[in-house]
Amino acid sequence: MSDSVPKQSLADSPARVYKVDGPFWGALKRDLLLSYRRKSDLVNPLIFFLMVATLFPLGVSPDPTFLADVAPGVVWVAALLATLLSMDSLFRSDFEDGTLEQILLSPQPLYMVVLAKVLAHWMLTGLPLTILAPVLGVMLFLPADGMWGLVLSLLLGTPTLSLVGAIGAALTVGLRKGGVLISLLVLPLYIPLLIFGSAAVQGAVTGLPLGGYLAILGAMLSLGLVMAPLAIGAALRISVSG
Amino acid sequence: MAEKKWLPRWFYQLASPRWCYEFTGKLLPLFVIAAVLLLGIGTVWALAFAPADYQQGNSFRIIYIHVPSSILAQSCYMLMAVAGAIGLIWKMKVADMVAKCCAPIGASIAVLSLATGAIWGKPTWGSWWVWDARLTSMLILFFLYLGIIALNSAIESERTAAQSTAVLALVGLVNIPIIKYSVDWWNTLHQPATFKLTERPAMPAEMWVPLLVMVIGFYCFFAVAMMLRLRNEIIQRERRSSWVRDMITG
Amino acid sequence: MSFESFAAFIDMGGHGLYVWMSYAIALVVIAVNIVNPLMQKRQIFSEQARRLRREKQS
Repeated sequence: MSDSVPKQSLADSPARVYKVDGPFWGALKRDLLLSYRRKSDLVNPLIFFLMVATLFPLGVSPDPTFLADVAPGVVWVAALLATLLSMDSLFRSDFEDGTLEQILLSPQPLYMVVLAKVLAHWMLTGLPLTILAPVLGVMLFLPADGMWGLVLSLLLGTPTLSLVGAIGAALTVGLRKGGVLISLLVLPLYIPLLIFGSAAVQGAVTGLPLGGYLAILGAMLSLGLVMAPLAIGAALRISVSG
Repeated sequence: MAEKKWLPRWFYQLASPRWCYEFTGKLLPLFVIAAVLLLGIGTVWALAFAPADYQQGNSFRIIYIHVPSSILAQSCYMLMAVAGAIGLIWKMKVADMVAKCCAPIGASIAVLSLATGAIWGKPTWGSWWVWDARLTSMLILFFLYLGIIALNSAIESERTAAQSTAVLALVGLVNIPIIKYSVDWWNTLHQPATFKLTERPAMPAEMWVPLLVMVIGFYCFFAVAMMLRLRNEIIQRERRSSWVRDMITG
Repeated sequence: MSFESFAAFIDMGGHGLYVWMSYAIALVVIAVNIVNPLMQKRQIFSEQARRLRREKQS
């Protein structure tokens, strides 16, 4: 796969300029390409997202006023579970075919590669979920004022979901039955995001200013961007060497 | 050229499982006596001599279990994360074992805190469970403990298990303030913290002195439980070494 | 003493059930945390002693 390698041409080779973002773009491109070739994995979390949201009116009540009340929470919980569901496969196939070991052995900064993998994961789950969310909002009678809050909070929140979930995925990558374990490890860490995410939507519905909620979600995202790749890298090294 | 040692000698010696086993063997009776005395005096004082609260009456006496166990459950997590970090950075075997032993004790203490909180809630708020901020964050702390226990038991290699749980504990440690803040913000119904480091407690001395006795007693109990588990863990892992063999046969 | 009689002490001003239940649970948790490692220790010791005997025989 020639297009999966970052372009480092031989022309400038003796004094080759080292680019930190080389491995980043390489890993990002590779992951996007790989999942493009396996399209079913791409769609599954979205279908799950839709189904969970369908279960609530069936299980609780189809009453529009009630559904409008619970819609922010339901959409956020569904997005959270859908992200979690797709988390297990983040490092699994790379671990099984040995790619992960090569990545760890390579002199490229692991931080960048990990960040690229998480970004690719977000582009394939978090972003589609965010785009799909207004449809769910309409199905659950979320007032039109709340839509912007829903989309913006998911846009800022889902990358953090991917970052935190990737820590769990990295810790369990060497284990046979990682799936359930990831949820046990990661769900408690998701709680602040759920609280502020659904509060942002609720705030948008009642017409409160959104700035504060979004600022907190953004703060969590920046903290996650700085810290999570370090933890993911450390966890991957431990899992692969063990 | 001698390396400058800025930590006392016993800290370095703690890294040796054998020395640690003997050291805890000497400490254990002291802590057992302290725990029995403090918990005994504290319980009698709390149940019989401390005055009843003018609002909550005698149900207030649950505080003497609830507050120490809540404090202990949190410090236990801190100890676990710090020991895990020491194990990760300096590859100290004993630190790994300490971190591993913390998880089950901490989980049981968190259960105690949750149970007493729920029982206290019944006469005070009228229901067993209230989704108030501090009960909820304790519940989340309990979930964090469960996650760590689950991860530790899922990984077969002891070394990998210790390292993985250390990473998870550290991630949790970063998250605990965020969780606490978010849950506090989400809902506050609970009374404010009983002990604050910066100010004198609001309750009269005859109420908080037994509480302090109970808190210290709980810490001593934790030390005892910890050392008992740690010593088992040491024997289990060092079973091939000659000193353990001599001890078992001799 | 903040109670007049033993019966009042048990009753705890109507909150006896809650107070005593809390202390009972605390006792159980403390006991489990002490007894469990002690039993574990006995098991480890007997297991290791058995292993050593077996190794000596062979």
